[in-house]
Amino acid sequence: MTGISPAVVAASKLGLTFQTNDGPVQALSNVDLTIGKGEFVSFIGPSGCGKTTLLRVIADLEKPTSGTISVNGMTPEQAREKRAYGYVFQAAALFPWRTIERNVGLPLEIMGLSRAEQAERIKRTLDLVNLSGFEKKYPWQLSGGMQQRASIARALAFDADLLLMDEPFGALDEIVRDHLNEQLLELWGRTNKTICFVTHSIPEAVYLSTRIVVMSPRPGRVSDIIESTLPKERPLDIRETPEFLAIAARVRDGLRAGHSYDD
Amino acid sequence: MNWLKPSWQAVLAIVLCVVAIALGAMSKPEAAALADPAVSINYPYLGTKGVMLGLAIVAALVSMIRIPSLAEAVVLFVGAHLVAWLLISGIAGFEGTALAPYFLLLTAAWLLGWRCVAVLSGLRPMASSARNALRLIIPAIFGAWILIIWEAVTRGAGIPFILLPPPSAIGVRIANSLPVLGADVRQTIFKAVIFGYVVGSGAGFITAILADRVPFLRRGLLPIGNMVSALPIIGVAPIMVMWFGFDWQSKAAVVIIMTFFPMLVNTVAGLAASGHMERDLMRTYASGYWPTLIKLRLPAAAPFTFNALKINSTLALIGAIVAEFFGTPVVGMGFRISTEVGRMNIDMVWAEIAVAALAGSVFYGVVALVERAVTFWHPSVRGG
Amino acid sequence: MDSFRDKLIPVTSIVAGMVVLWYVMAVILNAPFQRDLDTRANETPGTVEFIGKTLAQPKPTLPAPHQVAVNFFENTFLRPITSSRSLVYNAWVTLSSTLLGFAFGTALGIIIAVGIVHVATLDRSLMPWIIASQTIPILAVAPMIIVVLAAIGITGLIPKAMISTYLSFFPVTVGMVKGLRSPEIMHLDLMHTYNASPSQTFWKLRVPASVPFLFTSMKVAVAASLVGAIVGELPTGAVAGIGAKLLAGAYYSQSIDIWSALVAGSIVAALLVMVVGIAGRLVDRAMGGRPA
Repeated sequence: MTGISPAVVAASKLGLTFQTNDGPVQALSNVDLTIGKGEFVSFIGPSGCGKTTLLRVIADLEKPTSGTISVNGMTPEQAREKRAYGYVFQAAALFPWRTIERNVGLPLEIMGLSRAEQAERIKRTLDLVNLSGFEKKYPWQLSGGMQQRASIARALAFDADLLLMDEPFGALDEIVRDHLNEQLLELWGRTNKTICFVTHSIPEAVYLSTRIVVMSPRPGRVSDIIESTLPKERPLDIRETPEFLAIAARVRDGLRAGHSYDD
Repeated sequence: MNWLKPSWQAVLAIVLCVVAIALGAMSKPEAAALADPAVSINYPYLGTKGVMLGLAIVAALVSMIRIPSLAEAVVLFVGAHLVAWLLISGIAGFEGTALAPYFLLLTAAWLLGWRCVAVLSGLRPMASSARNALRLIIPAIFGAWILIIWEAVTRGAGIPFILLPPPSAIGVRIANSLPVLGADVRQTIFKAVIFGYVVGSGAGFITAILADRVPFLRRGLLPIGNMVSALPIIGVAPIMVMWFGFDWQSKAAVVIIMTFFPMLVNTVAGLAASGHMERDLMRTYASGYWPTLIKLRLPAAAPFTFNALKINSTLALIGAIVAEFFGTPVVGMGFRISTEVGRMNIDMVWAEIAVAALAGSVFYGVVALVERAVTFWHPSVRGG
Repeated sequence: MDSFRDKLIPVTSIVAGMVVLWYVMAVILNAPFQRDLDTRANETPGTVEFIGKTLAQPKPTLPAPHQVAVNFFENTFLRPITSSRSLVYNAWVTLSSTLLGFAFGTALGIIIAVGIVHVATLDRSLMPWIIASQTIPILAVAPMIIVVLAAIGITGLIPKAMISTYLSFFPVTVGMVKGLRSPEIMHLDLMHTYNASPSQTFWKLRVPASVPFLFTSMKVAVAASLVGAIVGELPTGAVAGIGAKLLAGAYYSQSIDIWSALVAGSIVAALLVMVVGIAGRLVDRAMGGRPA
């Protein structure tokens, strides 16, 4: 796997300790992880296991306190300055005073692209997430699922090869979530991007990923990494196959093993 | 260069000191003495000029050495304030004679003070007691510098007393006029403000509950109350003076009118603030209107009611003082301000304003303390 | 529009109730003086005639609504607007210093807020004073500003506008600091992932996010600005303006004049707040705000 393609993310002995009023909290400890190009990696674990923190370290939104990490062979800060990744938050985080197209165009404006280039990319990425026709709408005129699709379009607009997604569908209901999962897989297949995806849903992780990183709390660490044996083509009903259920069972075992039962 | 960490404030302060040295005389008498060494002329900063300049430069230099932030802040604090103190005490007797180097040195000292505040702002101590102390010390230094600059500029430039008296003169005036100030406070605050505040807020509160009981009243009163809050209600003062006479009763009436509507509007909003779920819960207990009001809705409304009480504390003072501009017996804060202004006793006016500011802060502070005690459960109180 | 109709009937009936109460109070309050007059003139009018007389005194304790309305109408529409007795003229005098002060106050408030949000030292040292100064009866300094400035030869519009500036910059500063800090952490993180410069974050995120806060505080500021201008007209023995009309009315016990000046002041205040409110709504609409 990683031997074939160059590492997009490589972490070794990564640790992060927050200083809080109640003393230091170890959010990440000794994380070793390599993510290759074109992979779809899910991070799963109970709350407080550091999965979001790990994603934020990759995005240079937090600084690690020990160990090393590289993104595209650079430090996360350099990678951020080169706009190497798109980040999708738990909520759509669209600017309410901008139309959908101007929201998608926000990173392009900041990066100083020409107007024509902006218009072309906005159109292309909105097509990609099936939001054509909603360019002139304001966020509040769209459903929650459509808003989240617009925020994915915004992350795709500047053609970064790495997509970091932090529980992007966590706030949506299950039916919408299924639909978006299907669309996300399709998009991944078409664009060949590398995706890091944080979730707390086992079926979602198994359905989407080529690799599942199971994490556990106190201190936040990687307790298991599970390779998916599912084919790249995945219709929704793959979730009823024994193969799928077997992987889901392994993930659940991994979670249980790493989970301390004190809460 | 690892041991050096330059800051623009310190560098600029040193530059200003050097310019001040180059320009020479700090005051007109000193310039005269330099021009004619034969005549012995007494001039300010005879022995302290070198000390002040040296102190400012040394403090600026030391602050740029890589020493612990706290030590740096202490050095700056001592340096800046010592220079300021020498500067102000030295000009005594020579008011109005200051030349450019005087103001350059003042600016340099102020820059050191600014740097001191900047260093303190950057501190992130772990202990909460230290954090609280910093929260007080930083604005205190800032306030002190407003007074220092005010004092130094009015004295150094010799600004006429009737335009802007220096703070020290205002302080002296306060100390010498305590009986008069006390009588004014008694008349304006203990009679007009307190009475008007209690009656106005109380009436607003009761009307709010009434309006809550009768939806028709609420729908009608709320838009009116919202509109009235934008009107210059203070204008009713002359009418109240005509009705209730010159004494405190007319001022209390103005205060009642001014405090009534904020209380009404806020409490009505507060009574609507309790959640549907909680109200449904009370209904499942078959709780009647009054038990629900007392056990759920009034506590939920408390933050809003206290907000109105805080707004009203300021409004009440303003109402009473301004109403006195329209006529009073010969006592009262507004009366004192308007008559002393007329007699150009500006220091007395400032003294009265200082007392009003103190009274306003204390009034507000007392309401805020009661609020903390009553609504301790509210997020805005819990998460400090 | 539904909510408007919901309010219309209650509001009109309460206003009507207040007018009736006003008439009743006028009769009661003016009755003793009228009785005095009648005894002295040895008249014994009937009840209806007596009530009529109480509502038609030249200097009543409480003028009846129609007396105020007539006075207001005469002084607003029937006088040339250059006349010093015209309410339009006096309202304009007050309004001009209000607007000047409001404009300066808003600009000053925004500048200070930007400073506070971007310079940590100012935030820690100046902000506590801004908050504390809201508890102080600032209006008390008004007479001094007027007189001191008059002593150095500055009179007329500027001193009043300075009081208005002073009163209106506090709410704008506090509102704008809140507004410029209102973006969610998620939005700030987003700008961080784009490696946006501080000025890009300021113009594309903080400024648009602060607009609703700006207009809310401007509504408070414009009302405070008007109060400042009116109070600023009190101590000089000013010749014109709503405050001067109030003071003159108080000196000569022209109660009807006081009331109509008060009505004029209220109308100006309501118009100012309305204009700011409409401007706020237009800007909100242009920025894609959800219609209420």
